[in-house]
Amino acid sequence: MPDFIDYMERTRLYYRAQGLGQDYVWARHDVTPFTRLNKPLQDCVVTVITTAVTHKDIPKPIRKSESIPFAEVPSAFDTSELSWDKESTHTDDRQSYFPLEVLSQLVEEGRVGRLAPRFHFVPTQYSHRVTCEQDAPRIAKACIEDNVDIALLVPI
Amino acid sequence: MTIIIGSAFDIVTHCNVPRYLHNNFPLGNPLGPPYDRNAQRRSVETALTMAGSSEPVVKVSTLRWPNDTDWRSVYGKIDDSNREHLAKIGAENRRTRAANKAQGLVR
Repeated sequence: MPDFIDYMERTRLYYRAQGLGQDYVWARHDVTPFTRLNKPLQDCVVTVITTAVTHKDIPKPIRKSESIPFAEVPSAFDTSELSWDKESTHTDDRQSYFPLEVLSQLVEEGRVGRLAPRFHFVPTQYSHRVTCEQDAPRIAKACIEDNVDIALLVPI
Repeated sequence: MTIIIGSAFDIVTHCNVPRYLHNNFPLGNPLGPPYDRNAQRRSVETALTMAGSSEPVVKVSTLRWPNDTDWRSVYGKIDDSNREHLAKIGAENRRTRAANKAQGLVR
């Protein structure tokens, strides 16, 4: 991994410096989940899953995943509570983490079938249980309802 | 099916995911540097080329962060200048979590 930051080790040390007694256990699938795409891109329905916060008014500990019409995409998501490199960059440009405009162009050019009616917010959670048993299944269900073929997951 | 575009190679590959495009950028702009429309478009186009893969795939993008210098040492830095501060915010976080729990703000 030339040049790639060891975020797991850095995070372990960071949490320890904050006095946390127990190291975080990172999520891991024993078997990599995989579904084949069985149609050309031009026929596919595409959506986006983001960790950028849509409703900051909901307190972080009880924020749940949410499926929101693309027509209601906020002009700026809230990213202040997420962990990213706040010294080296900024998130003022929505297109740097939420690809609505690019996907719309690709649909217009006929390279992708169409956008799904909704995108999805998934909260960053310490608890694997909450993500795996509540947030992810809720998003999967919404994607099935929307006939989504491709979900682009773009975590900040 | 899912394609991930991100910037934390070790965390995402540790997880074992179906399709991952890695952009070696500071965390915050996984699709490309702010206002760099070409880079942002290329990220999505490259990710979509991975859609047809018949097995799990990890790809490292050739995009570079502008003025690619020492952002790598910045994130999560711990030294004598912030050690005390980190211990303090750790204690604050624990107090906040306990207060949230007491109020039922927990999932």
